[in-house]
Amino acid sequence: MDLFEYQGKQFFARYGMPVSDGEVVFTTDEAVAAAERLGTPVMVKAQVHTGGRGKAGGVKFAATLDDVRTYADTILGLDINGHVVGRVWIEKASEITDEYYVSFTLDRSAKKHLGMLSAEGGVEIETVADENPDAIAKVWIDPVDGLDEVMAREWVSAAALPEAAVEGTVAIVQQLYTAYVEGDADLVEINPLILTPEGRVHVLDAKVTLDGNSTFRHEDYSVFDETQPRDERETAAHARGLQYVGLDGSVGVIANGAGLAMSTVDVVNQVGGSPANFLDIGGGANADVMAGALEVINNDPAVRSIFINIFGGITRGEEVANGIVGALERVDIDAPIVIRLDGTNADEGRAILEPHLSDQLQMAPTMLEAARRAVELAGTATPSSGEGSDR
Amino acid sequence: MSIFVDADTRVVYQGLTGSQGRYYGLLNRDYGTQVVAGTNPRKAGTDVDGIPVYASVTEAVAETGATASCIFIPAPGVRDAVLEAAEGGVEFIVAITEGVPAHDEAEFYNRLKRDHPGVQLLGPNCPGIISPGQANIGITAGHIALPGGPVGIVSRSGTLTYQALYELKEKGIGCTTCVGIGGDPVPGTSFIDCLRAFEADSETTAVMMIGEIGGSAEEEAAEFIAEHMTKPVSAYVAGVTAPPGKKMGHAGAIVSGGRGTAAAKMDALRDAGVRVGLNPTEAGEHMADIVAELAS
Repeated sequence: MDLFEYQGKQFFARYGMPVSDGEVVFTTDEAVAAAERLGTPVMVKAQVHTGGRGKAGGVKFAATLDDVRTYADTILGLDINGHVVGRVWIEKASEITDEYYVSFTLDRSAKKHLGMLSAEGGVEIETVADENPDAIAKVWIDPVDGLDEVMAREWVSAAALPEAAVEGTVAIVQQLYTAYVEGDADLVEINPLILTPEGRVHVLDAKVTLDGNSTFRHEDYSVFDETQPRDERETAAHARGLQYVGLDGSVGVIANGAGLAMSTVDVVNQVGGSPANFLDIGGGANADVMAGALEVINNDPAVRSIFINIFGGITRGEEVANGIVGALERVDIDAPIVIRLDGTNADEGRAILEPHLSDQLQMAPTMLEAARRAVELAGTATPSSGEGSDR
Repeated sequence: MSIFVDADTRVVYQGLTGSQGRYYGLLNRDYGTQVVAGTNPRKAGTDVDGIPVYASVTEAVAETGATASCIFIPAPGVRDAVLEAAEGGVEFIVAITEGVPAHDEAEFYNRLKRDHPGVQLLGPNCPGIISPGQANIGITAGHIALPGGPVGIVSRSGTLTYQALYELKEKGIGCTTCVGIGGDPVPGTSFIDCLRAFEADSETTAVMMIGEIGGSAEEEAAEFIAEHMTKPVSAYVAGVTAPPGKKMGHAGAIVSGGRGTAAAKMDALRDAGVRVGLNPTEAGEHMADIVAELAS
């Protein structure tokens, strides 16, 4: 779960980190009112789940309320890398003496937490890593031990921050590590962490990704789940508990298992087609799950054909076949379907499907052949709804 | 021969009294696995279809001589279950459960390395391990695997593992052991752990590897293969066309910042001399070629 900047700052504030006062607003009038309450000058910052906001004109310094009105008006509705700005964060402007970078994430190779700290903040860390890797001080933290003050101090010293920033940074990196661990984050990043003319170290931006698997111990994270960027199809699939990722093509994909679903998307591409989605229905493949998956796919106007790719493991072929037949009775599908059913009791399953086969419901013996057939059908079939295929 | 588990492996099922634990525990027993015990502190003294239930792994080990555990505990309890198993004295732990927080995984992985260096954890979020004809621990459908070798399989994906077993069986090729390491960010057992074990296993003569996008485990495996493997390897990597920044089902399957792409992984594997297939079928065909070449 990716947090908006303002959510990230609210998250950091819970752990005692110094963030600026601000308000999230959805309209220009609200932006002006917020700026009035906070007092100018303020920053007007687009809240989107993507980087490059500054370059796209999504972050502006507003000296006056008129500026706030002008900028909020421009930024709301702005398209930043395909993300349309629906909310902006109005924050009291800070004076900046110096900018730093700090983050924690899991290093999957080392199987330890990795902290990165650099005196060169305010620019993309990837750029620093490419051009001046020595400017990033790294620390690997054993999750069993955690980050204590001695380690934090050594690390900050290795990053060679100016003396004035040391004490404040030592405190913030420890708070940030606590937020990262206790908050079950995949990533916490502050860029920039700033030094003010008064000598305070302060959080000026926040990037936070939370672990969706940890929600059982963070009930309050449901508020973040609600603001995840999902298109209509993804929202519908999410509501049905399906693992779905929307893509831009015309072949609807349903498979059981994440790996097989990924593989199915690959194979559709390899035979010259383009998948409309990734959809993993999990191991079970019963009629309820299959019907839900077909509904989601069927509601996607871009879908011209559907490829159901099921490998029976513990779930036997006849159960899968009955699931498909049952689902087809419940959902009225417009696009032609190609099924590839393999694995446990595949023959029995195919026998169940046999009497239902038609131009609309076809079966293919292998994954590759089924993909070819589905791609062919996507090319020749008439659009399922005639219009509305743009998105 | 086989790796990690064989006909002598005696398994305690943590969560045997739950619906999943019972279902797969009994299926595994039907397959021939020595399912010797279950645990549930609230149901100690009872049994599941004749399998005795104990309060803890320590007790189960003392009473039955269990050497491995298989975890079907819901995600919030997996951290404690893994540590309980290690402290209880088993050597091999298979954690099937999906949805375990990454911070828990990182913590118990490092705690095992430190306090229980002799214990091998497989998973979490994995289909388990099968040494066909000897033992099946987890959720793999046993009958899709042909016993007898000579191929070892290691895979990050569940259904693709089944697919691999099935394709080999269709070609009349058997498997020594098939290890599903799972798709989570901190897998207890890595590709390298399995490759090393297969390299040392006298009956395994070739290895099939199934990877997916995200992380750098495949690249690290490629390095290991180039330096240490004498046995031929075929591979497939899922997610060639996955868009960056989108999690493809598995918590670990995400391409971020241009890293972890399937193309980079396939290149690394090819450079290490691995025969890489563009889809699971092609990887299976490569393996059939390898087996035929080894036989001639």
